[in-house]
Amino acid sequence: MNIRNMNRRSFLKVSALSGGGLMLELTLPGTLSAQELGTLVGSKELNVFVQIASDGQITIYSHTPEMGQGIKTTLPMIIAEEMGAKWEDVEVINAPLDASKFGMQGAGGSTSTPRNFDLMRQMGASAREMLVGAASDVLEVSRSELEAKGSKVVHISGQSLTFGELAALAVRQPVPDPEQLSFKDPRAYTIIGTSIGGVDNLVIATGLSEFGIDTDVPGMKYASYTRCPRIGGIALSFNEAEIKKIPGVIDAFILAPDARAGDASMSFLQGLAVLRGGIAIVGEDTWSVFDAKSKLKVKWDDSTASRDDWDEMIAEAKKIAKQGGGEVKLDNANVKSALDDSNNKILEAFYQFPYVAHVCMEPMNCTVDFRPGKNGDPDTMEVWVPSQFPGQVRDIALNMLGVAPENVKVTGTRMGGGFGRRAVHDFAGEAMAISHRAGVPVKLTWTRTDDIHNDFFRVGGFQNMKAAIDPNGKLAALDQHYIGFVKDGKPVIGSGLRGNEFTIAAMKQAHVTQSMMEVRTPCGAWRAPGSNTNAFVEQSFLHELSTLAERDHVEFLLELMGERRWLLEGNVNALNTGRAIDVIKMAAEKSGWGREMPKGTGLGLAFYFCHAAHVAEVAEVTVDKNNNFTVNKVTVAVDVGPIINMSGATSQVQGSVIDGLSTMALQEITMKQGVIQQGNFDDYQVMRIAATPEVDVHFIQSDNRSTGLGEPALPPLAPAVTNAIFAATGERIRSMPLSEVGFKLV
Amino acid sequence: MNTYKLSVNGESVEVEARPEMPLLWVLRDKLKLTGTKFGCGIAQCGACTVHLNGAAVRSCVLPISAVSGEITTIEGLADGGNLHPLQTAWIEHDVPQCGYCQAGQIMSAASLLATNDSPTDDDIDVAMAGNYCRCGTYIRVRAAIHSAASYYNAADTGAQALKATVEGAAE
Repeated sequence: MNIRNMNRRSFLKVSALSGGGLMLELTLPGTLSAQELGTLVGSKELNVFVQIASDGQITIYSHTPEMGQGIKTTLPMIIAEEMGAKWEDVEVINAPLDASKFGMQGAGGSTSTPRNFDLMRQMGASAREMLVGAASDVLEVSRSELEAKGSKVVHISGQSLTFGELAALAVRQPVPDPEQLSFKDPRAYTIIGTSIGGVDNLVIATGLSEFGIDTDVPGMKYASYTRCPRIGGIALSFNEAEIKKIPGVIDAFILAPDARAGDASMSFLQGLAVLRGGIAIVGEDTWSVFDAKSKLKVKWDDSTASRDDWDEMIAEAKKIAKQGGGEVKLDNANVKSALDDSNNKILEAFYQFPYVAHVCMEPMNCTVDFRPGKNGDPDTMEVWVPSQFPGQVRDIALNMLGVAPENVKVTGTRMGGGFGRRAVHDFAGEAMAISHRAGVPVKLTWTRTDDIHNDFFRVGGFQNMKAAIDPNGKLAALDQHYIGFVKDGKPVIGSGLRGNEFTIAAMKQAHVTQSMMEVRTPCGAWRAPGSNTNAFVEQSFLHELSTLAERDHVEFLLELMGERRWLLEGNVNALNTGRAIDVIKMAAEKSGWGREMPKGTGLGLAFYFCHAAHVAEVAEVTVDKNNNFTVNKVTVAVDVGPIINMSGATSQVQGSVIDGLSTMALQEITMKQGVIQQGNFDDYQVMRIAATPEVDVHFIQSDNRSTGLGEPALPPLAPAVTNAIFAATGERIRSMPLSEVGFKLV
Repeated sequence: MNTYKLSVNGESVEVEARPEMPLLWVLRDKLKLTGTKFGCGIAQCGACTVHLNGAAVRSCVLPISAVSGEITTIEGLADGGNLHPLQTAWIEHDVPQCGYCQAGQIMSAASLLATNDSPTDDDIDVAMAGNYCRCGTYIRVRAAIHSAASYYNAADTGAQALKATVEGAAE
């Protein structure tokens, strides 16, 4: 069989593995609509997530969007485990978007695993009970003598029936009461805790997986969109005649700004996800509309557009830091006197972290087919969107174009990266407006420059830190002043302190204030919002203090953790100092903390708690005389409870370390009078393979609930590296990216 | 518009296009071979990597008028139903995260292995320097290339059968 000619909607299955290659076998359709599902020959739906065919094929739905976090493999593993399935018998297919059947179908905040674990277990256990019930009827034996394992129900006598044989009978069994379900003893797990490869690996490796950008529908045209370079500017006119003459261009027109295109339910966006004014070009292929876009001459009205300027922001922040003050987040009257006590050693440090972009490898795109209703029928729409929350685009269709949610069919595709960017759907609003105006289905694709300029950035910011070390080398006082950003007076996501940070939640020596500046540049969720920058400041400064106190950093950090205690008993989102101590000790031990290092090489340790995860990392870094630095190895200790997919979890940690390193070493978005200064991968770089460190991952599989791992391994990386650079060179880095302060990653 | 005769994955095709249209968009929009991805349009990220006469090229900056010879895309890398050793190794090591850059990674790696069947880490760093992975799968990319090289060598002796499992991928 020739892969190249294979129907893209076909499902490929690895069936034989010998002689130097895999054989491919065509089996079931891979992406099924709700209607198609019903036609699966002989398959029986035991519940909305599980179907079993008479030939033993088990189909499990993945209802959570996949962006590389591995959830399409993780959640079905839980179902398969609990029902006693053999993983080899399982096919995972995307569930259609249907809130009435599947509930919330979104992915963000590292919440997919903890939110769905119990539901997945119930679905698996419920399917198992129905299969066991059927076997009990057929064999005329007691349920207690039966066990579901290896896709069979086995009787103590050794007699067994396969799931396929039982499927038709199982479906007639009463659906068990969820309250009455019992679950497997974790010690008996055969799937959870093992390494299972991503269910889409084969289609990815053969180029057959479909991302949003690969959408192709009958009659579809291609579109580009060009916004004002100065955020918030409006298009007045453009060289329309010239653009329309370019071969391959069908139409070109101005879209006025439209505030109704906002994601109304995404409150953190502060109304920023509106349709921005600009020029739409529709054509016969992507390149024609990109080419025409590059030849646009637009007259913009940018009189009311953003004049945000990073250099001005830095100057203002330094002024605010000097003045002190700000809103009090944690009051501590003892701090001032300790800072004024001449017996104490005092240290003050100003930290800075930049705006950064998401740069998902797949640029933002969306395909929309708007169909005007005829003869009084309502308008309808079909949308294909790579999104972390695909259902949200219905808000835009309703608010902007008046298309009722029930008349909008949405397909959430696989995403070429998300990282928080695909929680916002400004690009979907543009695609809808273009299809509506052009009267044809269109695929809107952003250029990389659009993708960077139109981002909802990780917000930059500043912290001024001041502390006192007493004559015994103990931390006497810490004064933390956060200087961040608000939009219309409300904190933008990722800026400011929320109250669960270590300094506020757990340190009796701290006094914390916050000052905010207005910003117009759109900001959004970026992998571990808030944590990814606060970790850098907090964990670097604590290392400055242990150095000032002439103490071992691990010992100093453990002293600050204090007694083993859970700050809010039973709340996974509250720091547990016991778990913190355990991961810090494990990272130190596994990295050989305290060993003699060659000249120019140092170890740095950082700990952070976020997304219900306790993570400690030790970086081993070598710096040469020109301040070229190499991260040789990163040792990571993680407590997110029991691991479901060992391969996927390890992959998330490895990826977070590399993403964290790439960002802290290389990346910065700057704005000059409202214009974003970076525009493609030549001036906004991603780390390349040569700089990749060894990453040594250790999981403490505690009795914590299993929680998510898409984000929490990223925040500790930056301070671990800068602390290691200090250990290697004596140079303290208080500003990211490192490329801007003279340190080059090699 | 000109007419161009191309040989793509062993098949002859004719396309109408402007001479400056990059091969990437001919493949994706005209031939509907969407396994080759758009990432930057300026040959910085490697998502668009294909083979031209066996050598890795960035199709996003290669005008169709400059294309002469055999083009191989990710869809044509496997030999019929037999995966390329790199594709097997990619599955075995559970390399992909989001998956978007992976076709470009595999095509660059295949070009490397075609001329060097025992690459060192340094060889891999050089050959793969043009391919970004935003998810950070580089560790497994490296491991998978080493494995694929060993399969080439094992296939020579005919001694080893492959076991496509990801057990051990976490190591």
